[in-house]
Amino acid sequence: MSAQAYRLPQGGRIDRTRPLAIRFDGETYEGYAGDTVASTLLANGVHLMGRSFKYHRPRGLLSVGTDEPNALLSVDRGPGRVDPNNRAGAVEAVDGLVTGSQNRWPSLGFDIGAVNDLLSPVLVAGFYYKTFMWPRSFWDKVYEPIIRAAAGLGVAPEGPDPDRYAHRHAHCDVLIVGAGPAGLAAALAAAGSGKRVMLADEQAEPGGALLHDPRATIDGLPAQDWVAQTLAALDGHENVVILPRTTAFGYYNHNHVALVERVSDHLPLDQARDLPRERLWQVRAGEVVLATGSHERPLVFADNDRPGIMLAEGLRVLVNRYGVAPGRQVAIATVGSSAYTAAADLAAAGIRVTIVDVRLAGDCAADVAFAAQHGIEVLAGHTVVGSKGRLRVSGLVVAPLRADGSVGARRTLPCDCVGMSGRWTPAVHLFSQSRGKLAFDAERDAFLPGTHAQAERSAGACAGDYDLAACLDAGFAAGAAAAGVSEARTFQASPTRTGFQPMRVLPTDADPGRVRAFVDFQNDVTAKDLKLAVREGFHAIEHVKRYTTTGMATDQGKTSNMNALGYVAGLLDKELPTVGTTTFRPPYTPVSFGALVGPSKGALFDPVRRTPIDPWAEAHGAVFEPVSLWRRAWYFPKAGEDMHAAVARECAAVRDGVGIFDASTLGKIEVVGPDAAEFLNRMYVNGWSKLAPGKCRYGLMLKEDGFILDDGVVARLAEDRFHVTTTTGGAPRVLALMEDYLQTEWPDLDVFLTSVTEQWAVIALQGPRARDVLAPFVSDIDLGNEALPHMSVREGFVCGVPARLMRVSFTGELGYEVNVPADYGRAVWEALWEAGRELGITPYGTETMHVLRAEKGFIIVGQETDGTVTPDDVGLGGMVSKVKPDFVGKRSLARPDLVAGGRKQLVGLETEDPHERLDEGAQIVLDPSAPVPVPMLGHVTSSYFSPACGRTIALALVADGHARMGETIHVTTMAGFARATIRDTVFVDAEGVRVHARDS
Amino acid sequence: MLEIRNRATRAAPFPLAAETIGGVTIAPSPPRTRLSLRLRPLAAAGIGSVAGLVLDGPIGSTSECDGRRALRLGPDEWLLVADADEGDELAARVIGALAGTVHALVDVGHRSCGLLVSGAGAATALSAGCPLDLAPEAFPVGRATRTVLAKTEILLSHLDADTFEVECWRSYADYVRGFLLEAARGL
Repeated sequence: MSAQAYRLPQGGRIDRTRPLAIRFDGETYEGYAGDTVASTLLANGVHLMGRSFKYHRPRGLLSVGTDEPNALLSVDRGPGRVDPNNRAGAVEAVDGLVTGSQNRWPSLGFDIGAVNDLLSPVLVAGFYYKTFMWPRSFWDKVYEPIIRAAAGLGVAPEGPDPDRYAHRHAHCDVLIVGAGPAGLAAALAAAGSGKRVMLADEQAEPGGALLHDPRATIDGLPAQDWVAQTLAALDGHENVVILPRTTAFGYYNHNHVALVERVSDHLPLDQARDLPRERLWQVRAGEVVLATGSHERPLVFADNDRPGIMLAEGLRVLVNRYGVAPGRQVAIATVGSSAYTAAADLAAAGIRVTIVDVRLAGDCAADVAFAAQHGIEVLAGHTVVGSKGRLRVSGLVVAPLRADGSVGARRTLPCDCVGMSGRWTPAVHLFSQSRGKLAFDAERDAFLPGTHAQAERSAGACAGDYDLAACLDAGFAAGAAAAGVSEARTFQASPTRTGFQPMRVLPTDADPGRVRAFVDFQNDVTAKDLKLAVREGFHAIEHVKRYTTTGMATDQGKTSNMNALGYVAGLLDKELPTVGTTTFRPPYTPVSFGALVGPSKGALFDPVRRTPIDPWAEAHGAVFEPVSLWRRAWYFPKAGEDMHAAVARECAAVRDGVGIFDASTLGKIEVVGPDAAEFLNRMYVNGWSKLAPGKCRYGLMLKEDGFILDDGVVARLAEDRFHVTTTTGGAPRVLALMEDYLQTEWPDLDVFLTSVTEQWAVIALQGPRARDVLAPFVSDIDLGNEALPHMSVREGFVCGVPARLMRVSFTGELGYEVNVPADYGRAVWEALWEAGRELGITPYGTETMHVLRAEKGFIIVGQETDGTVTPDDVGLGGMVSKVKPDFVGKRSLARPDLVAGGRKQLVGLETEDPHERLDEGAQIVLDPSAPVPVPMLGHVTSSYFSPACGRTIALALVADGHARMGETIHVTTMAGFARATIRDTVFVDAEGVRVHARDS
Repeated sequence: MLEIRNRATRAAPFPLAAETIGGVTIAPSPPRTRLSLRLRPLAAAGIGSVAGLVLDGPIGSTSECDGRRALRLGPDEWLLVADADEGDELAARVIGALAGTVHALVDVGHRSCGLLVSGAGAATALSAGCPLDLAPEAFPVGRATRTVLAKTEILLSHLDADTFEVECWRSYADYVRGFLLEAARGL
């Protein structure tokens, strides 16, 4: 076939001076700038573009727009840039673009899967539910793998997407969706107000239906000249932003509308790389004008899905906008007037056209006269009963309708293309998403916007106005009202052919149970399937939809929903609105994951919080672990060390010498005010009134339910000032909980809370030599044991910078936590480390910290606790104040189930084999040979090798654990069970003398 | 006596170099004194101003005096900003002025760091992650507010026509800077 054999010699909005070539299924096809992939293929006579989802029937383009159900292509823009399920009419042709058909093997012309078409008598609606019930054992091994292999459209890309995607928030006074005649008129009206106006349209250029209408005139100008003039006028307004290639796909509360802009897919492949591929807009609009147009409905007749059978308006677009002849001999079947305009345009382009009008001659006399003027033959009062052809339509089978409604003798109209027009469906998707209520309009046989829920108005075809002048007038009025201007304007425009006769499924002489007349093309749902669903008792449209899958494909039934609904209503003999309409949900058209993800990938996937000392740790070989959003040094392996060896060395250094640890991530809250102590009394289980300034105390905090929420050391700096620390992960929720109580329960307390987590870098020096390392850097604080005993705090200077120096320990050793302003953190750390080297100072990470505290039986919130653990459960019942009148969680601690026996309590475990390290989370049973289900006593919460003990140690929550000291229990392992003995939780220095570092 | 070699020096939380992409320049602000002042609204209205800084302006407003600024972030919250070496003096003046009034003054000078975002596309770059309306009519020069930028909380101030300051907690600085650079590339 010669190149572009179906390109018309003139016309269209393509640029014939800029040729291009694309590839489809390995062949090269030529086209021009301004073409879409669909128009390029059709210019070259290629109608077969895909295989249907279920029956693998050959399919071609149905629509030229985003409502396309059939021609879904895989588009390849280079490595990693493969994107399935693109609608052929919505992809702009770019030189070198590689495209391919889907859902076929081995080739589009010969597809093995088409065997399903022969099996169609058994592959009816509900087939899966009925067939794969039995035998049950077949489900996992046979049915599900087969269904999964057959399911899905297209192939998901496997490599990472190298493209960039941008996000943008925007605000405007008036957002107009759709730049057809109504949208442009709305923008004209709003522009003069000076208010901020945004006009978004999904197509490559604004103009909508006017772009393919060479006949229409507006105010005496050809419509396309009017579009150009209007765009020039809008360009002159700085307050107007026009976004082509931008689809409004989601309409949320408070006029929050999400749009996706295709930024660079239309650019030459080598130019597009620096730009984002797509941009997700989130627009907050004061007022929204919806001018989203309408979709043409197909006609439902036998074999209405052959390649070459398209929507009539789509033929008109091909001829007028792209200069493409969709065929040489075209039959147009219709129930309405608009198809006559399409026929006239095709005839004007030299294409032979015959019209088959289902309406009786007396009902379409004006249209027939119009056709006669253009030399077009009309078969009025004829129905369509079938089509001929295989990979391309070759004939349309029609028959006259007799006065009694019966069908007369068949005849075949030879043709290579069919246009069908089953009237129009207003695109009310966004209106429905805005939670507006739809109202059925019998005259237009369509749902129209009814009750509004948001500051929004619909204008033009999406509101049921199909006449051009009415669209313009309504659009202008909507724009003016949205912008709050009183200007009124009417437009003079050429008349539009409107009017139709509702027809659900075309009358036929065939057994309706044997023919396949497609309603939903993308999911292969036929009129027969709908009938079966109704017969089997599915009478609500939402049930019919799920049983047959009609309207549930990626096109969300844009071309099929009204036909399905009308047909089901007819079968049930109900008024259409009483059957209901389906709910429209975002997105209006499919949106790429890339657009939703935007820049949140790689380093920007999530913030990674680093401490001021993190760069030092990295330079010294630390291995890191994530702790909430922080990354923390986990351990510091030396050359040749594994984690076990490194942690053992770090632990020994702290017990025998001195270790240095970055504790900067601890949550910190400065609690200030005359009622600060009272506030803490109410938040913590223990008391604070008697804590003297300069002293520290360990605090335990519950939720209202009596379970442990958080813990940490609190330092009293002054009568009215506390430095509260929280766990690393708990910092935000503790502050939020405190603020919540302060603002809602105790607004009378004079207390203010300020997060100072990031104000202070915290350097922990732990071990018998800790004081020796610290002393040279402290000039104004007496570090002596008497002057600064365990659990004290002083404000002074360390390394010459203001510091809060706490003598505290999470290791059981002599320890300090040096708080210095964060910008000084690294310098102070380095100074201490340098000075400590002669004492063998050892940096240690979170793993060693965990081992050291477990040896002392100190809990970690979130490890020993899981939101169901009380203070008594972890052996901290003694901390709970019995004299305070109230504190958060106090009342719950008296709940019967919290004081009853049998609660899981924290104990230590020692395995029989001292080298067996239990799994954290492993279940504990008393007797592994007990009959299944074996009663479970509890689980392991922490488990480590303890260098100080020379063996493994574990902590566990065990039912009645405190009363089981010395008992032997069994712990699940990967291999079976391990025997272990229950003991107390303190494995090292049970007397607790080391932390006080008294001179012996 | 502390030896001089043991005195620590201050380090910024991220690289100090400014970067310009797509006409948007992203540069670190110098270290500053930052004091969080908490005060009951009625008390603030009664006192009117401290250290020359007006306290009873509307939420979101900025008061300036001798290079110091007070940003009113909420009904009972102000951020006082001054040069890095003015911290003690400013704190002393505030404490003096508020003697006898219940308040909290907390040093947060190291908690956050600032980025100056400037250029014709500054507001648009910020709009990649900030849902606020940043048009001059809606967010005029002098306005400051706590808001979000993508996945982080920030304090956003409009300094002059094409310059905004973004303050974030220091551990988020790398993320904020990276996000803004990426946003500037996507304009």
